[in-house]
Amino acid sequence: MNNQGLQIDDRGRLRHFLSISGLNRQLLTEILDTAESFAGLTEQTVKKVPLLRGKTIVNLFFEASTRTRTTFELAAKRLSADVLNINITQSSAVKGETLLDTLRNLEAMHVDMFVVRHADSGAAHFIAGKVAPHVSVINAGDGRHSHPTQAMLDMFTIRRVKGPDFGRLRVAIVGDILHSRVARSQIHALNLLNTGEVRIVAPRTLMPAHAEALGAQIYHDLRTGIRDVDVVIMLRLQRERMQGALLPSEHEYYELFGLTEKKLAHASPDVTVMHPGPINRGVEMDSEVADGPRSVILEQVTHGIAVRMAVMSMAMSRRKDRDE
Amino acid sequence: MGIVPGNNRNRICIHGGRVIDPANAIDALQDVYLADGRIVSLGNRPDGFETDQEIDAGNCIVCPGLIDLGVRVREPGQEHKASIATESLAAASGGVTTLCCPPDTDPVTDTPAVAELVRLRAETAGKTRIVPLGALTRGLAGEQLSEMAALARAGCAGVSNAMRPLVNTLVQRRALEYASTFDLTVFLHANDHALANKGCAHEGRVAARLGLPGIPEAAETAAVARDLALIEQTGVRAHFCRLTTGRAARMVARAQFDGAPITADVAVPYLFLSEVDISDFDSRCHVIPPLRTVEDRQRLREALQNGVFSALCSDHQPHEPDAKLGPFPSTEPGISGLDTLLPLGLRLVNEHALDLDELIHRLTCGPAGILGLPYGTLSIGATADICIFNPELNWQLDTHSMRSNGHNTPFMGWEMQGRVTHTLLNGELVYSLD
Repeated sequence: MNNQGLQIDDRGRLRHFLSISGLNRQLLTEILDTAESFAGLTEQTVKKVPLLRGKTIVNLFFEASTRTRTTFELAAKRLSADVLNINITQSSAVKGETLLDTLRNLEAMHVDMFVVRHADSGAAHFIAGKVAPHVSVINAGDGRHSHPTQAMLDMFTIRRVKGPDFGRLRVAIVGDILHSRVARSQIHALNLLNTGEVRIVAPRTLMPAHAEALGAQIYHDLRTGIRDVDVVIMLRLQRERMQGALLPSEHEYYELFGLTEKKLAHASPDVTVMHPGPINRGVEMDSEVADGPRSVILEQVTHGIAVRMAVMSMAMSRRKDRDE
Repeated sequence: MGIVPGNNRNRICIHGGRVIDPANAIDALQDVYLADGRIVSLGNRPDGFETDQEIDAGNCIVCPGLIDLGVRVREPGQEHKASIATESLAAASGGVTTLCCPPDTDPVTDTPAVAELVRLRAETAGKTRIVPLGALTRGLAGEQLSEMAALARAGCAGVSNAMRPLVNTLVQRRALEYASTFDLTVFLHANDHALANKGCAHEGRVAARLGLPGIPEAAETAAVARDLALIEQTGVRAHFCRLTTGRAARMVARAQFDGAPITADVAVPYLFLSEVDISDFDSRCHVIPPLRTVEDRQRLREALQNGVFSALCSDHQPHEPDAKLGPFPSTEPGISGLDTLLPLGLRLVNEHALDLDELIHRLTCGPAGILGLPYGTLSIGATADICIFNPELNWQLDTHSMRSNGHNTPFMGWEMQGRVTHTLLNGELVYSLD
């Protein structure tokens, strides 16, 4: 069972959304176009469409999350689905129930879609391989592996700001690449959309061994890494990285890899600054940059809803055809 | 039955097979005569030998019973996975007559009582011989020495801390010194636990893409370097279990060349699989230490061929199905390998990775030498442990053909060539295919 076999049905339509790897450019473009149609909707006073009326979507979060879970919930509600939020860190896992048992129990309640976040890489793939044929699985983040809806909302944001031609863009992703599922998905998406140049910038302790396998140019110096780039994506630095002897201090990290207006001068004059949130101000990024005119960080959040609506409705429309 | 009291009981003639016994450099079509649980003659029928049982070995290879240095039988402590009874059957049907079990049982094999329990249960099952390794440290906790002399008296063929860490190099030095006092071989799993850092995959290109926590090559090579320094310091005889990297194999080869008293083995899965096989999060390929690169796999094959590894083992780790049902990092590592030790070994021969007599050496007198036990040979007077297999017989590994209680193997569904037809332990037929 490879990613593609699991994610795409025999008619080339989205069945599960687990990782960018295994998808194709056409599908990514379809997601972006569909999200564009929903984005207009969210700006209207009546924000709901009845596309998923009568469907039940379960947000199955084995790892804490506010932003992602909330936008998935809003997206589902705007598609008129019924939404159930289940936070497993505080329920069954504690009682020793296995992941598969949890899943079977929820499935017995006639759920149509699982939105899953889990601390283990590969968790969404595992679940997708086990659910009933009519159930779709959307990956909301698995370990360090993949966070495909975040990557797609970032692509959506880039396309809105820079236009549809990714071929002329240079994009740099800066920060903790080693632990970042967001970075892995972004790199895949940028490459599938034929981005001119994809760079990753980090000290060696935060760069995976064999990072070249990810499909990006490797930089260890921020100034050269962002030189002439059109988009800078900053990653969140988890505070626990100081404990694992990965970094000496937040101070030194900020000195070397924190994004300031001064360092940003090395990038293209019309550079766009992004961040998947939540931001550690004064660690990976200065407030001046985060709140400045080149930042689209809040737009990213808004776009998150439209993109998640697009992915959910696409995975479900496949099912609607089948039912008919 | 024609039994002469006190002598010549259970006389067996194995007829018409190609006898391969690397210990005696024999490769010839000849009959093998057994009596009283021992080899009495090769080729010529002894005077007055009356046969109680004749085994037709036409088109088959007759070799010493196989010796597997790395088998977890899961007993005592994890009988929901497998037991001595179930795995003894799997061993016999795979031609394996001697198993060596690491001490990480529950309770740990750190007292003579546990070692004796394991040996006696195996004797009761009567299908294979189990040789336990004793714990190097009490409870395998890595802090205090175990009663190694008592463990040796109870039948442990050596001592090991299995996959568990020692708290520091001082404890390791003293444990090696104490073991050498009693001329015990220390079985080492070279792994720097801090460097391995709870990883679950080789720190390489695949782990980078899948975002799986990686175990670097240096987790093995740094441990081998440290171990080699302490072996030289203490003069202990040591065996490196289940090496996985080409670099570690080269370090061991160099030390062997310099005369260090060391041996090493490799496990079958590492000769066929690589990091590439976990690309789809296939938990059946979740093993610790992890599957390394395609190049490492090639280096390991070479080290097996040129004798740096003098034993090939299965690293048998049977599991219940639930153990492999979960996201990759959460599943239990290990492959059930007893059923495939010989057939995959024969596949190496078919792939020209080594010659048939070299393979049989690595499965018989090679490991016997490491254990310091008088098995793995067809010498006159030796214990009649014998494996007879048809190298041309094709079969498929599936849930029906597998005898181990654990069906956790990525080789499920593979076409195998070569199958054991008879196994004899102490001169008794303990398995026959029909």
